[in-house]
Amino acid sequence: MEKKPYERPHLTKLETSMPGKFGMRREQPPTTHIDGVAVEHLAKTYGSPLFVLSENTIRSSYRKALNAFTTRYPKVQFAWSYKTNYLAAVCNVFHQEGAWAEVVSGFEYQKAVDNGVDPKQIIFNGPAKTREELETATQNGSLIHIDHLDELYLLMEIAANSEHRPRVAIRVNMDTGIYPMWDRFGFNYEDGQAWDALNKIMHSGKLDLMGLHTHIGTFILSAGAYGVAAAKLAELARLLKQKFNHTLRYIDVGGGFASKNTLKGSYLPGSDTNPSISEYAEAISSALINSHFAPGELPLLILETGRALIEEAGYAITTVLAHKRLVSGRRATIIDLGVNLLFTSFWYQHPVTVAQEFSQYREDTTLYGPLCMNIDCIRESVNLPLLQTGHRLVIHLTGAYNLTQWMQFIHMRPAVVMIDTKGNVHVVREKEGIQNVISVEKLPDHLHISG
Amino acid sequence: MKINKDLAISENGFLFNPATGESFTANPMAFEIIRMLKEGQSGEKIVEWVSRHYLVEKSTVEKDLHDFFGLLRLHQLSVEND
Repeated sequence: MEKKPYERPHLTKLETSMPGKFGMRREQPPTTHIDGVAVEHLAKTYGSPLFVLSENTIRSSYRKALNAFTTRYPKVQFAWSYKTNYLAAVCNVFHQEGAWAEVVSGFEYQKAVDNGVDPKQIIFNGPAKTREELETATQNGSLIHIDHLDELYLLMEIAANSEHRPRVAIRVNMDTGIYPMWDRFGFNYEDGQAWDALNKIMHSGKLDLMGLHTHIGTFILSAGAYGVAAAKLAELARLLKQKFNHTLRYIDVGGGFASKNTLKGSYLPGSDTNPSISEYAEAISSALINSHFAPGELPLLILETGRALIEEAGYAITTVLAHKRLVSGRRATIIDLGVNLLFTSFWYQHPVTVAQEFSQYREDTTLYGPLCMNIDCIRESVNLPLLQTGHRLVIHLTGAYNLTQWMQFIHMRPAVVMIDTKGNVHVVREKEGIQNVISVEKLPDHLHISG
Repeated sequence: MKINKDLAISENGFLFNPATGESFTANPMAFEIIRMLKEGQSGEKIVEWVSRHYLVEKSTVEKDLHDFFGLLRLHQLSVEND
């Protein structure tokens, strides 16, 4: 007798409350393949959990964003935000597409140089640059974005003792009508700090003022805020032209565009509600084009978009380890991917799909990671089919920040693979082993245990 | 484990509990198990029958049945054996 496929027994309670105004389809089709490669094959070959990056998606996201801006504004330059994902393979896909590098530390600066980026196309942001880092950036002709007066004075001192003139911009913070207003980076616009700093630079005669920069925040859900920011930077540019007859080369509106992820606490999915790249492009381009700049004198528009360019290209494959029934009656499923690896699960309700076909029966499930920590919860509630131990899940929109903010904690960090445009799979970061941890430890002699 | 005798069960897996007014849908495996419980079958017999007819390890069925009995208790669809 041939045995039938098994599905665990389950009851679904029928709710008779009023239908929701925003009734949405809850089930998602399974993700059996990523860019034509079977999820099961990837997990078996490279281990689980596993981070997977799609080169195709990175390139198409970049091209869509570039197109959204270049169809509205004549001079556009993207600079890849290293802190969002500084795997060399990821950075170099963006650099091949034409992106410069935007770095926020000496470590990231060195990574960009090692990746082959022309130092003149490295934008050096961040609030904590050392003297040595500033000297190197000055010597290399990189674009240094000054964060505070101490840095400005240090740069003037470096310039006085160097044959190279630092190429600089200042970072400007401002009220763009959103909350919270970020005022920790750079000089404030409204209280005159920014204008004071610009005056100091111009009067010093030691620095080449190339542009103006702002970073108004992160995951900004109002495209209009960028229009306000661009208009305020344009006004500073006008004042510089008027007082010093100085023409700025660029305006850099930073990053912070929202991706399609859904923030925790949101009622509707981010894919339906968050602004598109085109909306941001429209707000920024319109503000600059409608400002005082003469048509032939529009500055280069620099964008440091990170999250919105890479999030969609990242997947995390994970395996079901165990199940339990919580006291509330809710199903809990334990997977092999924890919050130490999927850091963004603290902020987002990541979409989760299964990697195999199931029947139509589903259950609200809490997804816990493998850490012996109560906070290790990937999703408080997600509607999933009737999973069994060993089944694979695919967590979507994981390409931003996880592979930089993840940490080795309790378990080793897994491998990262990239699927190229021809469907070939490349390991772009090896799975870690215990040697990665203990090789940097030192045990004092008196603490050796003998016998 | 015995099924509440007042529970109304349709042939397509629809359950109605007149004591609470609540309704449920059962997937095919849940329906089979409820049917066997109504016939007075023991948990051991059910595990044996399921693992004989379906592609599944006996230990998996045991764990799933344990979980399912918990669901029946949670929704007041069962009465404990004397």
